[in-house]
Amino acid sequence: MDTKLNSPLPVRPSRWSFYLFLVGLFVIVLLSAIYIGANPLILFQNIDNMVDLIVSMFPPAWSYIATTTPAMLETIRMALLGTTIGMIFSIPIMFLCARNIFRTRWLVELSRIGLNVLRTIPDLLLAAIFAAILGFSPLAGIVALSIFSIGIIAKLSFEAIENIDNGPLESMTAVGANKLQWIAFGVVPQILPHFVSYVLYTFEINIRAAAILGLVGAGGIGIYYDRALGFFAYDQVLALILYTLVVVIIIDLISLNIREKLL
Amino acid sequence: MSQRDQLKKARVKRRGKLALLLIALVVLYVWAFSGIEFKGIQETAGPVTKNILKGFISPDWSYVYSPDGEDLIRGLVETLAIAIVGIVLSVIFAIPIGLWASKNLSSNFLAFQSGKGLLSFIRTLPDIILALLFIKVVGPGAYAGMLALGIGAIGMLGKLYAEEVEAMDPGPVESITAVGGNKLQQLAFGVIPQVLPGFISATLYRFEINMRSAATLGLIGAGGIGTSLIFAIQGRTWDRVGMILIGIVVVVLIVDLISSALRKRIV
Repeated sequence: MDTKLNSPLPVRPSRWSFYLFLVGLFVIVLLSAIYIGANPLILFQNIDNMVDLIVSMFPPAWSYIATTTPAMLETIRMALLGTTIGMIFSIPIMFLCARNIFRTRWLVELSRIGLNVLRTIPDLLLAAIFAAILGFSPLAGIVALSIFSIGIIAKLSFEAIENIDNGPLESMTAVGANKLQWIAFGVVPQILPHFVSYVLYTFEINIRAAAILGLVGAGGIGIYYDRALGFFAYDQVLALILYTLVVVIIIDLISLNIREKLL
Repeated sequence: MSQRDQLKKARVKRRGKLALLLIALVVLYVWAFSGIEFKGIQETAGPVTKNILKGFISPDWSYVYSPDGEDLIRGLVETLAIAIVGIVLSVIFAIPIGLWASKNLSSNFLAFQSGKGLLSFIRTLPDIILALLFIKVVGPGAYAGMLALGIGAIGMLGKLYAEEVEAMDPGPVESITAVGGNKLQQLAFGVIPQVLPGFISATLYRFEINMRSAATLGLIGAGGIGTSLIFAIQGRTWDRVGMILIGIVVVVLIVDLISSALRKRIV
């Protein structure tokens, strides 16, 4: 005690562990880079490849936009249907995952673990598997997007449910409402705007995802990416990139507009 | 009376709006359903699904490790390596671009707006498209995947960094200016200490996304576990597909858990 009071300055905590951590991190990054053969020399040697590639992209093949419009519409349809089906399935799941709706502890925890596992599987992996099951068709993309959407919508919504105001729920219990009435009149009006907003947000994500699902054979405009790249037609690739970009931006703007009005 | 009429009018208007919205939705869905060709599910769908499910229940454990050649562990380590080197590459670029794009650090409108424009441009390029382009430059494999992730993540990371800088307290920077600190000193002692936790948290968050992307890049030939998965699907070895999916889920869950624990400690 005495020594502590008399010491002129507080002792600086040792920084060795921090330095050790930095060195460890550096070693891990270096080993990873070696493992995947990330040799900067290759990149610089092949830099003219890249320059050639970029040069061959210009001017973009605008005529390709007309050719690919049916596929683009199919992409939008896939995203729309995938989001809708995902929305329908996420409704029961999000109630099951909310701690303030279902008091059965093991059921809630089990549904949460299930949802978390579902969320770890990337969209393109789902599409590749469903393309193998259902054949190369937009149906595979729709099923993959539906499952992918459940993960996002259910996750965001159950968190919104857990943050609702308890007042209406207590009054409903006080006047003797049953569980279904309790959810319909106490919970739903409170979370509906959030829920619709999350569905729209998921739709925005799904449009981006649907545009590339075709690369693994799951329908939409992605098939044309594959084709154009296969023929080394980079001007067509650029036209596709720009076309997708414009569609994504337009849909984002519409969706963002509605979402701002909702909340 | 007049007030009642007004209320009535408002109600009619509201109902009209709702009806319009419903009609619009119905039209949208009719359009969506009518356009999709349901060619019928191919007859192999049933057996294939059964085999995949069987693969989940009895996965090909021998695939986990084999002393020579392709195995699960090697694929997963490669995926992890792609995500790690990719995130380092994007941090190196995202920090200067993020600082450049933050409103409160730059003196004129054009400077930070150009930074923001660059970041949105990068954000719109899908990882997969970048991977296809890099495959043309450095050849197929993990290196192309790493470059795609590294460049693709700059857009999101730079944006998150810029938002972090814009939300910081201007006090410390002002004090350093007041005692005559130059721009570099302002940055090093006023800005960086404040934004570092936010930067680390954003980086970890993006790392979680990188793990998922790295697992899929292989589907188009950019290395990692996705390559093994697409071969397993093409070869119809469903017990192997099951094993690979289990491996991906486990590794992504572990990375998410570690990363979110770290993020909670930092913020």
